[in-house]
Amino acid sequence: MASGIRDKVAILGMGCSKFGERWDTGTEGLLAEAFDEALADAGIERSQIEAAWFGSCMDNVNVGNSAIPASTALRLDGIPVSRMENMCATGTEALRGAAYAVASGAVDIALAIGAEKLKDTGYGGLPAPYKGTLNDLWLPLGSAPAGFAQLAAGYRSRYGTSKQDLKRAIAHISWKSHQNGVNSPKAHFRKAVEMQAILDAPMIAEPLGIFDCSGVSDGSACAIVTTPEIARALGKKDLVTIKAIQLSISSGVESTTSGWDGSYVRNTRKAAARAYQEAGITNPREQLSLTEVHDCFSITELVTMEDLSLSQDGRAVHDILDGFYDREGGGVPCQIDGGLKCFGHPIAASGLRMAYENYLQLLGRAGKRQLPSPSLGLTHNLGGVPYLGIAAISILGLL
Amino acid sequence: MSEYGITGFGAYIPRLRLERTAIAAAHAWMAPSLRGLARGKRAFCSWDEDSITMAVEAARDCVAPQQRATIGNLTFVSTTFPYADLQNSLIVAGALGLPATTSTADLGGSQRAGIAALAAALRAQQGQALVVAADRPRAKPASVQEMAYGAGAAAFTLSSGTPIAKLLGSHVATAPFIDHFRASGEPYDYVWEERWIRDEGYAKLIPPVVKAALLEAKTPIAEIDTLILASPLKGAAATLAKQLGFTGRLAESLDDGCGYAGVAHPLLMLAATLQTTRPGQRILLVGFGQGAEAIVLQTTEAIADHAPNRGVPVALAEAVPTTDYLRMASFYNEIDLDWGMRGEKTGKAALTTQYREASQLGAFVAGKCQACGTVQFPQLAYCVNPGCAAPAAQFDDFPLTEVPAKVLTFTADWLSYHPAPPLYVGFVQFDAGARLLMEIVDVGAEGLDVGTPLRIVFRIKEPDKIRGYNRYFWKATPIAARPAGEKN
Repeated sequence: MASGIRDKVAILGMGCSKFGERWDTGTEGLLAEAFDEALADAGIERSQIEAAWFGSCMDNVNVGNSAIPASTALRLDGIPVSRMENMCATGTEALRGAAYAVASGAVDIALAIGAEKLKDTGYGGLPAPYKGTLNDLWLPLGSAPAGFAQLAAGYRSRYGTSKQDLKRAIAHISWKSHQNGVNSPKAHFRKAVEMQAILDAPMIAEPLGIFDCSGVSDGSACAIVTTPEIARALGKKDLVTIKAIQLSISSGVESTTSGWDGSYVRNTRKAAARAYQEAGITNPREQLSLTEVHDCFSITELVTMEDLSLSQDGRAVHDILDGFYDREGGGVPCQIDGGLKCFGHPIAASGLRMAYENYLQLLGRAGKRQLPSPSLGLTHNLGGVPYLGIAAISILGLL
Repeated sequence: MSEYGITGFGAYIPRLRLERTAIAAAHAWMAPSLRGLARGKRAFCSWDEDSITMAVEAARDCVAPQQRATIGNLTFVSTTFPYADLQNSLIVAGALGLPATTSTADLGGSQRAGIAALAAALRAQQGQALVVAADRPRAKPASVQEMAYGAGAAAFTLSSGTPIAKLLGSHVATAPFIDHFRASGEPYDYVWEERWIRDEGYAKLIPPVVKAALLEAKTPIAEIDTLILASPLKGAAATLAKQLGFTGRLAESLDDGCGYAGVAHPLLMLAATLQTTRPGQRILLVGFGQGAEAIVLQTTEAIADHAPNRGVPVALAEAVPTTDYLRMASFYNEIDLDWGMRGEKTGKAALTTQYREASQLGAFVAGKCQACGTVQFPQLAYCVNPGCAAPAAQFDDFPLTEVPAKVLTFTADWLSYHPAPPLYVGFVQFDAGARLLMEIVDVGAEGLDVGTPLRIVFRIKEPDKIRGYNRYFWKATPIAARPAGEKN
């Protein structure tokens, strides 16, 4: 029986660029911004990095394919650099690659870095991804909000939730995240938004209004990982270790057969069960200190609370409206930094940006956002669409 | 010896219908006289419909899947084929799931071609034949033709056995009478003066042909029950009836709800006529175009037992009305709208992939796993059921086109590029257990809901405007509430 990677890998340093409409710099600059911070935090030289995983999702607007653009931008001379792409799970996948390399003993120090440059398209929103030659012949592809909005119909139909209650709950999600984002200097959006403005916002894909959607931003985030022993040898005292990293990918069950009812995300549940086991977590609602989840759309965050077993099935609406996931709600704060809602979603950077917030919180370095003595933080990404996608979960904690 | 004749018929008219007053109103500043023609509605193709998709729909209405394996030849007639060199009938045959041994042919070149194809097949008496005509004549904005034209398709099966209608006689006489023409690759007809067409064309070329056909049919004009003359010219049939001394029924022109559908129009009128015709009735079908052709048909006792199909009445009733003239103008490429950068994608199809997957994509064939019974589309290498994962070699073909289906989830997407926004997309749940994400088209004012019953339709999946290649696939459309008394 495999033992997993719990506590086998420590975070040596992390970095995160300013997220936003970065008209001032390209992907190379964004990468450097996150990398410089991580190197300084780790207290090492670039030459000490033995292997790197570079995440980038969009070939058409970012730096193109392969890892060459990253190794060139960061002057990673001659070491193995892998290019990672797994849609919105890309950042967490890069971290997983680096962590596995360290845990296996293949290298001592590895780098995970993700960057996305979405504001070079010339228009708002995400470019349509390439579907492959077979899917291209039959699969219709709506926009991202169109894919996730369908969760609302599935959820309402399973639990008999009224349109009004669901809309109030998802509006609360966005309201809460905007409140939190005010304290995040690196966030794209840093303004609180009135509840009524959220409820009255123009519709994008029923029932998602403009404030139910995350922003579109440029950004980069980075982690340098090593073993706890080496981290200590390098002078680190408070160690943040990786408790679990798990992924779950659709095999077509939800989108091809009749079992799935549209009210939950099957992959999140599978990835969460494995991650909790790897991390030794038996009661996430009690044990987790904070979560950074994939709030690409507010409805996604709502079903994710149930998929992560933080709310009982059918109870997320109530927990959300009761403030259980708010900063001062006495529960498990969600998106303490404002989430994708305020940072936007430069795809390959998001997973690492979420881990960055957990890392800062665990070390007590989160400034105005700091929670009292957190011990375990979870990140969650959801790539693709709820019925055909990728769930990625990482759990960081103090050793 | 069993008789040879028409054994089945089917029809299709695009659901989109434009009020002619909207066309006239759009052009009132420069062509105020169009107002005089502004009565009723005309059909027009959605952005994803062409002669091929309409032909498939009419043929599906005509012949059930289980009867298609014996079709020996398919003739597809149109003057608006999407392809000049790529057999259009072959794509129709693929969507219908016809056997590879079915002989396929494209026929066109004249407004008389629809009748000519039907007459030729009736005279040839060769095995089981499928004749389909579909047309979507394009007209210059503000032309008289824009008011008169429509779109539609009709299909007929012919074989020996117990036909519902048989040929009594026919005649053809050609003439270099060019009332209009359209050069290859040109979008519009160039039309000569209407008075000359009526007086020197219809009035002089048709009557001798009709008389010869009646003579061969041993049928005096008084014994004809219904006269069918399809024409974009108003009142042409009534004028001919007067000239012939015909006092019976003039077939419904389908001017309101359809409009003149080119080579398909006489066959659409014939399909509509057969829908309401009793046994033993005689029908005179007349076509005009570089001469004239006439056929005399007689219905048989079998027509009383003919299984009901959708036919022209349902096609007319399933209208999605609009008053947006610019919607039609955009769909027919008369105007080039600003679709934004999202509309810049090229849509190039991999012909290699398309050929490899032709059997499942063409006729929308799911796989039914012999091991666990799961019905699945697309068919990949292994069964989708996680507890099964049997290899695809163990799948039985399971076509989805006629399986009852309904909306499981849906959304109206205003963000994606779509030529007819919003893009309605959602999961379609089939009764057989299969489900897949599909585009939902021709959604009317009543909208969609979870559980809305759907019908599967053959459409253009995505055009490649740079290379001129359309890829086709199946979409779903809400089944409209049927008028009281309609079957099926």
